[in-house]
Amino acid sequence: MAWLAKSLNSSLGKKLLMAITGLFLISFLLIHCGLNATIFLNDGGVTFNEGAEFMAHNPIIRTMEIVLFGGLLLHIFDGLRLWFDNKKKRPVAYAVVDGAANSKWYSRSMGLLGTLLLLFLIIHLKHFWYFSRLTNNLTEAHTLYNEMQVVFESPIVVAIYVLGCISLGYHLLHGFQSAFQTIGWNHPKYTPTIKAIGAIYSIIIAAAFAAMPIAFYFNLIQ
Amino acid sequence: MTKLDAKIPEGSLAEKWTKYRSSVPLVNPANKRSLEIVIVGSGLAGASAAASLAELGYKVKVFCFQDSPRRAHSIAAQGGINAAKNYQNDGDSVFRLFYDTIKGGDYRAREANVHRLAEVSGNIIDQCVAQGVPFAREYGGLLSNRSFGGTQVQRTFYAAGQTGQQLLLGAYSALQRQVGMGNVELFARHEMLDVVMVDGKARGIIARDLVSGKLERHFGHAVLLCTGGYGNVFYLSTNAMGSNVTAAWKAHKKGAFFANPCYTQIHPTCIPVSGDHQSKLTLMSESLRNDGRIWVPKKQNDTRKAIDIPEEERDYYLERRYPAFGNLVPRDIASRAAKERCDAGYGVGASKMAVYLDFAAAIIRYGKGEANKRNLHNPSDEEIQAMGKEVVKEKYGNLFDMYKQITGENPYELPMRIYPAVHYTMGGLWVDYNLMTTIPGLYALGEANFSDHGANRLGASALMQGLADGYFVIPYTIGNYLASEIRTPAMSTDSEPFVAAEKEVRGQLEKLMNIKGTKPVDYFHKKLGLIMWNKCGMARNEKGLKEAIAEIQALQKEFWSNVRIPGELDNLNPELEKAARVADFLELGELMCIDALNRNESCGGHFREEFQTEDGEALRDDENFAYVAAWENKGDGKFELHKEELKYENIKIAQRSYK
Amino acid sequence: MEGHLNLTLKIWRQKNANVAGKFETYQVSGISTDMSFLEMIDVLNNRLIEEGDDPIAFDHDCREGICGMCSMYINGRPHGPNRGVTTCQLHMRSFQDGETITVEPWRASAFPVIKDLVVNRSAFDRIIAAGGFVSVNTGNAQDANNLPIPKEDADDAFAAAACIGCGACVAACKNASAMLFTSAKISQLALLPQGKVEAAKRAEAMVAQMDEEGFGACSNTGACEAECPKGISLENIARMNREFFSATFSSK
Repeated sequence: MAWLAKSLNSSLGKKLLMAITGLFLISFLLIHCGLNATIFLNDGGVTFNEGAEFMAHNPIIRTMEIVLFGGLLLHIFDGLRLWFDNKKKRPVAYAVVDGAANSKWYSRSMGLLGTLLLLFLIIHLKHFWYFSRLTNNLTEAHTLYNEMQVVFESPIVVAIYVLGCISLGYHLLHGFQSAFQTIGWNHPKYTPTIKAIGAIYSIIIAAAFAAMPIAFYFNLIQ
Repeated sequence: MTKLDAKIPEGSLAEKWTKYRSSVPLVNPANKRSLEIVIVGSGLAGASAAASLAELGYKVKVFCFQDSPRRAHSIAAQGGINAAKNYQNDGDSVFRLFYDTIKGGDYRAREANVHRLAEVSGNIIDQCVAQGVPFAREYGGLLSNRSFGGTQVQRTFYAAGQTGQQLLLGAYSALQRQVGMGNVELFARHEMLDVVMVDGKARGIIARDLVSGKLERHFGHAVLLCTGGYGNVFYLSTNAMGSNVTAAWKAHKKGAFFANPCYTQIHPTCIPVSGDHQSKLTLMSESLRNDGRIWVPKKQNDTRKAIDIPEEERDYYLERRYPAFGNLVPRDIASRAAKERCDAGYGVGASKMAVYLDFAAAIIRYGKGEANKRNLHNPSDEEIQAMGKEVVKEKYGNLFDMYKQITGENPYELPMRIYPAVHYTMGGLWVDYNLMTTIPGLYALGEANFSDHGANRLGASALMQGLADGYFVIPYTIGNYLASEIRTPAMSTDSEPFVAAEKEVRGQLEKLMNIKGTKPVDYFHKKLGLIMWNKCGMARNEKGLKEAIAEIQALQKEFWSNVRIPGELDNLNPELEKAARVADFLELGELMCIDALNRNESCGGHFREEFQTEDGEALRDDENFAYVAAWENKGDGKFELHKEELKYENIKIAQRSYK
Repeated sequence: MEGHLNLTLKIWRQKNANVAGKFETYQVSGISTDMSFLEMIDVLNNRLIEEGDDPIAFDHDCREGICGMCSMYINGRPHGPNRGVTTCQLHMRSFQDGETITVEPWRASAFPVIKDLVVNRSAFDRIIAAGGFVSVNTGNAQDANNLPIPKEDADDAFAAAACIGCGACVAACKNASAMLFTSAKISQLALLPQGKVEAAKRAEAMVAQMDEEGFGACSNTGACEAECPKGISLENIARMNREFFSATFSSK
């Protein structure tokens, strides 16, 4: 397996790892977002809590959760490794850089966006994952839905979540199509579609997630 | 006067090369490994020779002054490469390519060399395709061809307007493969400044590492100069800024004869000079004459815009004067015709030193063709224009873009303004059939030698010659010499001849640095260029040439007393590089004028005003000048003429006619 | 129409690779809008020489946009403000009177500065030497028309082969990545039947060499494609990725 390690340690391999873990996280986000969106059913969180209950106890899901954390850590580790590697490739910086002339700011800022996301994620995991998995505070009287209601009473928390979702949106806007490019899927026939799906996906995911804390805060859902 | 022996093999023309190859002495593989070859220059000739010789097993060192061998000026060749493949079924053959080349060269090239060139032309295309050179193809997947000047068949292979680039990158890839395998040692940013002679044979070179400024000694059992032409003697030319004669000139000063220096090719379709600041001229490929029509107004000093001049008031002078070949007459003829019209007051543009190259007719023709292909009945004029422009864009897009970039005008809407400019030099180091100069062990390949193009080169033949010399000629002919060198061990570069040669070079460079005058190198180069262009350019006469010689001698004196070279010897110093090159151009310029003065006839690119027919065509004097003028450098600006008589046994020598 | 400009130039000066460099400011006046950017530098250099100063060293040769030797980073962009143009083909009509223009060398650890604006790009040669070729010795070839190649493939291969190796892609990339350059050669040869034989070996060898030279990874920002004077497409990088990953699993 030395050949695989060698390949994955090359500049292309590191990118491939980024792309595959990224695509995996993208698929997770879709499930996560879909499930959470059930709060908008306005059924007082009944469907949502059922889903959360299922996710918390299904052995396959629990196993996938470990895989998910693995993927996430790999994505973070590989991203940091690339960021530090790439930093060294231009020891003397340019005095003037007109980046806007040739690329999108968010495509050049994936490291920064990713770091913001990581900080957000720590807060987010503390709020819900820690609460539901590692404490005994989750009861039938105080469901995960109830916890969301509590957490999103704070305008600061809501603001952090909205900013986190904006970072996520831009991270995805570049990451989605970039992942396809890295795995070698660039073709005049398909690439415009991939880019369009990527843009729609990024906007919907970011907007849907951002809508949740806002909806709770303004009591728009029951 | 010694008789020059071109060592042309016996036998009938068509059999010479085949017989030669079967009988030339060989070097066995074990011996090849201990034979070292120094190659200077990495263009088509140099890169292809280096790759091929290294493949055979020789130990090769390659030198180029650019930062990478891929930048050699062959890269800029646009239009294409000829080969007698007859893929178009239009009557081409080895003999016809041979005949066209001899006739195009105005009967001043050596028959045996040109025939060999035509014979190997097909192999070049095969080799390049095998290397992955992406030539233009038809929809059936086979290679596409187009026409070039001076021929009536389609034998030119091309890759858009970047054929030289693609061929060079192919040869460069082959070269880099050998570098990667350790068979070739590469010395980029190195300039050769002298040949090292040992017992009358070339045994190596002195090169300057342009980054550190250090002088280096390199041994070789043989030395190949693949250093291109000397068009930059005119300052303004289509050559790259760094193109120079230094390697060839140093060899000349060490004993290699310089042949036909006055044969320069002035290319008819270049972007005109726009001002004093101009540093170089840009070619618009000859392939444009496939579709572009050249014209001037019928009225003198017509100041109307091109599009306002109605059809009947335009003079398509090439079509008028040369109905058989029209816009595709050879370069020398097209250039002279443009000069004639401009001198007579029919020129266009602000400077009046330009003619139009017009694509309007081609755009309409292609547009209609496209409409037919797409089954469009009654297409509008706009549709025809749009479709026609698409076709023209596919064929010549990069050239049109380049024109627009430089002039700020859109050639899809307005006709191009073009004027002749120095492009290529047919003259060069005299070589025999083996491509060896008059110095044993010193070879010259490609544009650096004089051998194949006579007094005028046909379009798309330079690439052919460079690659023929490198891929298919030198690998055989060098064996003829090296077979007798297998007992010569590699020589220490600490030996006396190397030490002495380096000392001489160092002395020369220090002398230049110590002048500490007031004028930059460009000042002298521009002055030289102007003298050469005005008096040894498209038209020459005795009076002008004599004046030019005196003016150049005066300029030489001024240069050696008043040039200013800043910077240091032991650092990257582009001004020092330029100064050393201009010093050699100053001497070469004088020899060019001497040669032009000696040749009391007009032929090809050499047009002496005293010798012309009634209708202004070049008038050859075959009785007295059917020879190669090979000049020996006697030192102190003295040159001795040696003649190699040209015999035409297979072609009837005739007045060249393209009417 | 020809006009004239007065400009302030901030140019990177560095005596050699071993010393630190800094910006120097120069004023030039009466610059014709018909001049190329390099001709403008020529004018400045000749003035510097006459004033007894060291002229600015810069790489250039063909001055018609094909040799790939010129390499200036002008106002934050490789080859300056225009797309699809090398510095030698950039004309002064693209600038405004009174403008300040900052000129820097390509900056990348794999392209060390030699002097002023001149950098060492020999890493590119070594990447090609690692595998950017078809292993066919002179004389081995069959007839050129024995193997038909679909026009589309030949055209795509040509588009990739149009790379001039100037290094603008590296200069533009925030990671100083050479993927566009490397992928252009891998792509050209992967598209042609002649190159397919060695495709797997080539992709692995060239990528390994590219990494060894110290170029960065790709972030798919597209800056290289946007700044490439020859419009080399990002599709080539995707193709290189395919070639490389399939080589990872298939090569022996």
